[in-house]
Amino acid sequence: MKAKVLLSLILLCVAAPVARAGDAAPTAPPAPPSCELPAYLLTSESPLPKVAAAVKAGKPLEILVIGSRSTTIPSSENSSYPARMEAILKEKLPPPEVVHVSVEIQSKKTAEETASTFVKLMEAKTPTLVIWQTGTVDAIRASDPDEFRSAVTEGVAALQNAGADVVLMNLQYSPRTETMISAQPFLDNMRVVAQEHGVPLFDRFAIMRQWNDQGQFDLFSPSRGPELAKQVHDCLGRALAQFVFDAARLEPAQQQN
Amino acid sequence: MTIADQVTGSTIAGTAEARPAGTKPRAAAPAITLPAIGERELRLDLFRGLALWLIFIDHLPPSLLTWFTIRNYGFSDATEIFIFISGYTAAFVYGRAMLESGVVIATARILRRVWQIYVAHVFLFTIFLAEISYVATRFENPLYTEEMGIMDFLKQPDVTIVQALLLRFRPVNMDVLPLYIVLMLALPLILWSMKWRPDVTLGLSVLLYAVTWEYDLYLSAYPNGFWAFNPFAWQLLFVFGAWCALGGARRMSRILSSRVTMWLAIAYLVASFYVTLTWYVPQLSQFMPKLIEQWMYPINKTDLDVLRFTHFLALAALTVRFLPRDWPGLKSPWLRPLILCGQHSLEIFCLGVFLAFAGHFILAEVSGGAAMHALISLSGVLIMWGVAWVISWYKRVADKSGAKTKNAVGNADLAGGG
Repeated sequence: MKAKVLLSLILLCVAAPVARAGDAAPTAPPAPPSCELPAYLLTSESPLPKVAAAVKAGKPLEILVIGSRSTTIPSSENSSYPARMEAILKEKLPPPEVVHVSVEIQSKKTAEETASTFVKLMEAKTPTLVIWQTGTVDAIRASDPDEFRSAVTEGVAALQNAGADVVLMNLQYSPRTETMISAQPFLDNMRVVAQEHGVPLFDRFAIMRQWNDQGQFDLFSPSRGPELAKQVHDCLGRALAQFVFDAARLEPAQQQN
Repeated sequence: MTIADQVTGSTIAGTAEARPAGTKPRAAAPAITLPAIGERELRLDLFRGLALWLIFIDHLPPSLLTWFTIRNYGFSDATEIFIFISGYTAAFVYGRAMLESGVVIATARILRRVWQIYVAHVFLFTIFLAEISYVATRFENPLYTEEMGIMDFLKQPDVTIVQALLLRFRPVNMDVLPLYIVLMLALPLILWSMKWRPDVTLGLSVLLYAVTWEYDLYLSAYPNGFWAFNPFAWQLLFVFGAWCALGGARRMSRILSSRVTMWLAIAYLVASFYVTLTWYVPQLSQFMPKLIEQWMYPINKTDLDVLRFTHFLALAALTVRFLPRDWPGLKSPWLRPLILCGQHSLEIFCLGVFLAFAGHFILAEVSGGAAMHALISLSGVLIMWGVAWVISWYKRVADKSGAKTKNAVGNADLAGGG
């Protein structure tokens, strides 16, 4: 029964943003053209009340990104999407607002292994918002999708109990490894958990596929240089900032000058 | 009920007219009946060929062509067709062997076939290893360092390769052959039991299916997880295929030809098409009663969901009704490529998996784009046809002089699969 709702929820998820597509507020700063995305990929029905409250009260916005190796770019930390998101959020929010993003990398850990650390982690840090990026390691190891779903469910519950808003982020779109890694069950299950718990899901997979299909990025590129990774992470950071901003229904900074 | 049947000539799925029960009752009729030798059931070949093409297209990245595959129009997909027809043909060929030459001989021949399928699987795995190793050494985009973790198993080939040989480590898209191997291994037992009581055998198969669902039986996989096609559940289709081949279809012919069955099948297919439509046009889902959604989802492919099985039954019932065995179109040159592919299913299936790998590879290495994609799909299908033609040429011409007595009774192709 747990997963019985799976497809129906997927539908709801897809339907809801389409319905909301109209009210995605255009905000500063203008993104480079290559980052463009349809509005439905950047909006969520689920709110982020604690983020909204913190900003309204003028409290500092503490964001914790829990991720894996694809959260960063090897040897260019400052270009990775958490850093880019921090920069964009700072630009977007009214000046006195303090935004601080910290990153917790748990490489090569499944959702279950990562979730088991959450209680301790949340005692050490008290973020307003946790962005939990997961799924890749489970997909690589071909975990049981049902166990994956319960692990994500428990993880989300632990984070919420610790008093944080949660955003889930799914896998990267990786066309080169499509024949080797089966991503779909993990994408579906994350969507179900997000829907069941009213948690916004940042659909990194669909977003990157959109960029690839439209030719904004060539994700097949075997290039060893960090340029592509930097550009993609820049766009991801922008998209994520926009997503958080929109989900929390924040007001953009006044364009004074 | 008694399951003794008269021995009649042709008893292929639903086509043979039901004989009045009163005519010529035979006291010692065997429990199962077999079709006459030499009559090739072209519809089986046709649909197995079709299933092979669809499996190939489904294994490629999604494209325009993907919209022509049946999984977009209902619950079941080409895998169901494939396993059912494999069960049917395997029972057809080896069932005859069992009646004529005895259990030992039939078992020996089945085991030889299992070995062939196993070797084919290992061959495909080798190609997969080659591909993944190539990607591992060439592809170092820092964006995907994490995804390259999939290559980690190359670091311990001792474990991985042994697990692959044990059928526990299966890369994406390589799940059908292991399922088929397990089903074929069980075939001697299935046939032996069918020889005794076909309906009881089918009943036991249903029971195993039910127990699988109730108690969650599964085969574990390496490094973790389970088999993507649970043999304990999928055996139902295979055994049902065997049961149909051994006279069940003939006994069902009255049900199959009834109008009630036809309308039920049509209604079910339409309903499932509507449900499938809601996956792509989410706006429609608001007309779906919540209760039905809760009861229905998820539609479990691993354990062959009842909805999928029923969908296959409905498709099969309509096919048998509207496509008679002697339909002249079966001889038409237009359907020839499909039939040829269906006649050499093991080879063509493996080729399809390989071509899907190769297609991915070309899309990645050379260029993407819709035109390239269409070209790859089309040439894949043409290659499958060409190779099927070459294989049948070997059978007809090249091998003629050599083995004269080999395959005198039935041939492995008909029982093929994979």
